[in-house]
Amino acid sequence: MKKDIFKIASKKFNSRLIVGTGKYKNMSDCAKTIKLSGADIVTVAVRRVNISDRSKPLLMDYINPKKITYLPNTAGCFTSNEALRTLRLAREIGGWKLVKLEVLGDRKNLFPDMIETLKSTEILSKEGFEVMVYCTDDPLMAKRLENNGACAIMPLAAPIGSGLGIQNKINIEIIRKQTKLPLIIDAGLGQASDATISMELGCDGVLVNTAIAKARYPSKMALAFKNAVIAGRQSFLAGRIKKTLMGKASSPKSGII
Amino acid sequence: MKKINKIEIYINGKKTLVDKGIKLSKLIQDLKIPIKKVAIEVNQRIVNKKRLNVINLKRSDRIEIVHFIGGG
Repeated sequence: MKKDIFKIASKKFNSRLIVGTGKYKNMSDCAKTIKLSGADIVTVAVRRVNISDRSKPLLMDYINPKKITYLPNTAGCFTSNEALRTLRLAREIGGWKLVKLEVLGDRKNLFPDMIETLKSTEILSKEGFEVMVYCTDDPLMAKRLENNGACAIMPLAAPIGSGLGIQNKINIEIIRKQTKLPLIIDAGLGQASDATISMELGCDGVLVNTAIAKARYPSKMALAFKNAVIAGRQSFLAGRIKKTLMGKASSPKSGII
Repeated sequence: MKKINKIEIYINGKKTLVDKGIKLSKLIQDLKIPIKKVAIEVNQRIVNKKRLNVINLKRSDRIEIVHFIGGG
C-alpha cells in the first residue's frame, strides 16, 4: 500500500484535522487544546489591533506560526472585495500564501455566496495565493472552483457552528469522485463521530472549531476528534464490506452439532 | 503643543489627533505596535513595512492596523 500522505498545494502535513482558534475562553486554553488535537494547521482571522488597550495578549504569543501552519481566513466577509482585501493584508503580515477563502451570503444561515466565492478564487489564484475554499456541498460549484484555481475544496457539512453533522453524504461522495484536489469538510460538525463519517466518505481532512471550543471539555473533545479522524481515515483505506439486505452468518455452517 | 500643529487622522476607525507631518513609522512606534505581527493600510492601500519611514501622514488619512486573532 502506498504511503498515506496529506498534501495541500505543495505542502505535506501529518494531521488531517485542521482546527479553528476562535471561541475559546482564553488564549491559553486555545493553545493547550490545539496541542492536544495534534493539528498541523490552524485557522486564524484578520482583525483590527486594539489600539486603546495594548495589554491584550496576541495569538502569535501563544501559537507559534513557525511550528504550526497559520491558515488566514476571511470569516465575516460578505463580498469578494472584502475577502480580497483581508487576504492581501494577511499575506502582508507574514508572507502567507496558503489561505482559506470564505465569502458569506446570509447573516443567519452563514451559507457561502458562491458567486462571490468563485470570483474571488480566480483573482486570488492569479495573484499567487493557494486558495482553500469554503463552499456549499454542490458538485457543480465544486467543479467550477477547481477550474478557477482552488487548491482545496471545503464543502460545509451543515451551517457554521450548527453542530448538525453531514447533512448530504451523497453530494460529498459525488464531489469526492469528481476531484483529485484535497476535499476537506469545513463547518457544521458537532461531535467526533461526524469527523469519522467524513473521513469514511473519502474526505482528506476535516476542519473543526465550535465542536471543540464549545464542548464541555474542549481538551477531551480535541483528543476525541484527533482519534476520530485517524479512525475514519484508516477505515476508508481499509475498504469497507458491501452492504447487504440479508444476514450472512459469521460462523461456519459445517460441523454444527 | 498647539492644536494648529496637529492633524486629524483615523486609526482603525477612531478619530485621532497626531502631529502634522508625522511619519507612519513614528506613529507605529508611539502606538507600541509589534511591526512583525501586523499589516498596515493607508487609505485602503497596503503599505510595505520597509517603507514606513518614508510615508508622511496627511489630514483625514485612514490607517488600518490588523493582526491575527482566533477564528474558525
